[in-house]
Amino acid sequence: MTLQAGRARPEPTPETQHFWDGTRAGELRLQRCDACAKTYFPPRPFCPACGSRKVSVFRASGRGRLFSYIIHHRAVPGFTPPYAIAVVELAEGPRMMTNIVDCPQTPEALQLDMPLEVAFTPMDEQITLALFRPAPGNKAQGAKA
Amino acid sequence: MIAPGSVAIVGAAESTRIGVVPDMSQIMLHADAALNALADTGLKLSDIDGLACVGPMMPQQIAHYLGITPRWVDGTGVGGCSFMLHVRHAAAAIHAGYCNTVLITHGESGRSRINGTPRPAEPQSLGGQFESPFGPAGPPSLFPIPVLRYMKTYGITHEQLAMVAVVQREWSSKNPRAAQRDLVSVEDVLNSRMIAYPFRLLQCCLVTDGGGALILTSADRAKDFPQKPAYILGTGESVETTMVSQMADFTSSRAFRVAGSEAFRMAGIKHADVDHLMIYDAFAHLPLFGLEDLGFVGRGEAGHFIEERNTAPGGKLPMNTNGGGLSYTHTGMYGMFALQESVRQVRGTAPAQVPDVEISVAHGVGGMFSSSGTVVLGRDRP
Repeated sequence: MTLQAGRARPEPTPETQHFWDGTRAGELRLQRCDACAKTYFPPRPFCPACGSRKVSVFRASGRGRLFSYIIHHRAVPGFTPPYAIAVVELAEGPRMMTNIVDCPQTPEALQLDMPLEVAFTPMDEQITLALFRPAPGNKAQGAKA
Repeated sequence: MIAPGSVAIVGAAESTRIGVVPDMSQIMLHADAALNALADTGLKLSDIDGLACVGPMMPQQIAHYLGITPRWVDGTGVGGCSFMLHVRHAAAAIHAGYCNTVLITHGESGRSRINGTPRPAEPQSLGGQFESPFGPAGPPSLFPIPVLRYMKTYGITHEQLAMVAVVQREWSSKNPRAAQRDLVSVEDVLNSRMIAYPFRLLQCCLVTDGGGALILTSADRAKDFPQKPAYILGTGESVETTMVSQMADFTSSRAFRVAGSEAFRMAGIKHADVDHLMIYDAFAHLPLFGLEDLGFVGRGEAGHFIEERNTAPGGKLPMNTNGGGLSYTHTGMYGMFALQESVRQVRGTAPAQVPDVEISVAHGVGGMFSSSGTVVLGRDRP
């Protein structure tokens, strides 16, 4: 899918560049602490659970469940209301904000805990966003086939 | 540890007008409230030797505008509960002898936007990278993010979340300064314009102009002032995250729990001792989270507690008695107005006065569950 123009564009920093390199390459990259095994997000080069600087980047499954959301009814550049601003809980544990695509933006279709999978969506040549869609076999109620 | 009641609020006032004040810039709302608070105490500007304020109106700007020479300053800015933290820090500073008399000011041209607070996007911040691209537009789109998870976890109904607004309108109907005073029903709330599902217009705070100021000094001096002192019995503070998507538990605020329990412990009070409660209500779920995280009710019980009218006029725990951010006023940083109402209730001068308030708790939030501050005020010095 193509994104409508006007969205706020993220600017990677040295500590987050690996995440954005990952989405552009079609990988959802998380970090895990080598010392205490904590998996965490957003990116930083140390573990927020134990403070260790020995952490590794790994490719996450891209699967998760719909944890919570709102449906925004006001106009925002880059969006056509009503649209959902959602939080996905990844299979690996961390949660991240996202939008849900390929799904009606209604309370009936957006059921909490429904399985989701990542849908990498380019914004431009540098930035690709990790959006999510209902996982196959779990078509959202009311979704078009 | 500072003993409960060692420091008191001896002056408290709001700006002369609140609501829509298009003839005052933001800095003048600070000054107007400060001058009113000084008049409340009989002090002169030259008596102030400590100053705390928040945001772009840094202490240096307010000090210069008011002509104050402070020897102690605090510019702690953690959002709308910053004033609770200022009270806590000021009490410690007075106790330590860093200063004698502290002025805390707030002014915000939230509605008229005269010299208002710019909120620039920061695309390199973590929020700018990992929240902004998904379409949030300020607090109405972010603060309610945890609500559906909270509702599902505890079986909270839309009607219960509507009842928060209904009850607070009952309180504001008794308050001539409140922006919205007409009684509303659950149906009115659920039929109001959708803002960010599950929340509708009447479940979102007002956007107003206004200011407020507090003056604190040691309890030993407090009896010399014209108004009854409000003794500071206990305070607490904490922060969690600037990103609501990253709060650890979508059904409970860690910052609320830390700030609240610290304030109660310091004050040496139990929940049954609390006669009056203010919980910062930028949106309808906040009083529910506050009641549970402060321990007034068990997990998931706050919706029923409010529905059963326990916090309404005549209820056993009168809460948000000025009408709150939903119906009284909300400049953007409402915590100052929650504190003002707690002081009025302890003094016995509130428009909707609760009988015989000995202890009032004012609990604030900053950002989207980013931060929290709690202040316990007492009518009597322990």
